[in-house]
Amino acid sequence: MEDFQVIDNYLMVKLPVEVDHHRAAFICENADKYIVTENVCNVVFDFEDTRFMDSSGIGIIMGRYKKISCFGGRVYAIHADRQIQRLLKMSGLNQIVEVLV
Amino acid sequence: MIAEKMCGEKCGQAQTGVNWKNEMELVFDAVSSNESFARTAVAAFISHLNPTLEELADIKTAVSEAVTNAVIHGYENLYGYGVHGEARPAYVVIHPGKVWLHCLLEHGVLHIDVTDKGKGIEDLEQAMEPLFTTKPELERSGMGFAFMEAFMDELEVESVPGQGTTVHMKKKLGIGAWIHRED
Repeated sequence: MEDFQVIDNYLMVKLPVEVDHHRAAFICENADKYIVTENVCNVVFDFEDTRFMDSSGIGIIMGRYKKISCFGGRVYAIHADRQIQRLLKMSGLNQIVEVLV
Repeated sequence: MIAEKMCGEKCGQAQTGVNWKNEMELVFDAVSSNESFARTAVAAFISHLNPTLEELADIKTAVSEAVTNAVIHGYENLYGYGVHGEARPAYVVIHPGKVWLHCLLEHGVLHIDVTDKGKGIEDLEQAMEPLFTTKPELERSGMGFAFMEAFMDELEVESVPGQGTTVHMKKKLGIGAWIHRED
C-alpha cells in the first residue's frame, strides 16, 4: 500500500506492489500535497514492495523531479529491483535520480 | 467482460509437438483497473512455458503499456483511479469503449495484438519517438512505445485516425527449446 511520510525535509513515498496508470494519479496527488504543505525539499521513492512498474512510474518520478528540482531538491530511488533499475536506466532517469540499492 | 479461450487446430492431439498453437482473446472495458487484469492474464497464459522472471516482466510491461495507451489515448479515460475511487472528481466521466487483447502462441513465439476502436493516431512516427507525449499535463513519460519496442522482439502499429489502433507485438520465448528437451 502507498504510504507517505515526512522525515526532516525528505518526503518518503512507499510505492505499491504495482505502479501503473491506475495507481499513478493517487500517488501524484498525494505526493504533491505533501510537497506543497509540508515544505519538503527532497523526495525518496521506496520500491521495497514494488514488483511491477511501467512507464507511468517513470512519469511519476519525472513529474516530482520537475516540481522540486528548481528549488534544489533531489530525488532518490531506494530498494529498486533489477527490472525497475532497468526501466530507470532505459528512460535516462538514472541521470537525475540517485538510485541507491 | 467476455472471455474465451480458443484452442488451435492441433489442440488435444499434438500439444506436445513442435507445431502446436494456443490462442486466447479477451475483450474488456477501457478503464484503468483492467490494465493489471490484462497483463496478469497474459502472464498466466504463457506460464505453462516456464518463462523466466525477466521474460515475464518484459511481457507484462509491454502489455501494460499497450493497454494503457488504448485506455488513455484511444478512449481518453485519462485518470487512473480505481481502488481509490473516492478520489475521482465527479466531473471525470468514463468514456465507454472496449479493448481487444489477442494472444497467439506458436512455435514458441508469443504474438500479442492490442486493439482499440478509439480515436487513432495522427502522426505515428512522432507518437513512437521516446519522450513524445500528446498529454504532457498528465505527467506521463512518453516512453510507452519505446518500452514496448525494447521489451519485445517486434513491434508494429497500425492506426487509422477516428477508427482505432492495433499494436502487434512478438516475442520469442527462449525457454521453449528447453521444454522440448525435457520431453
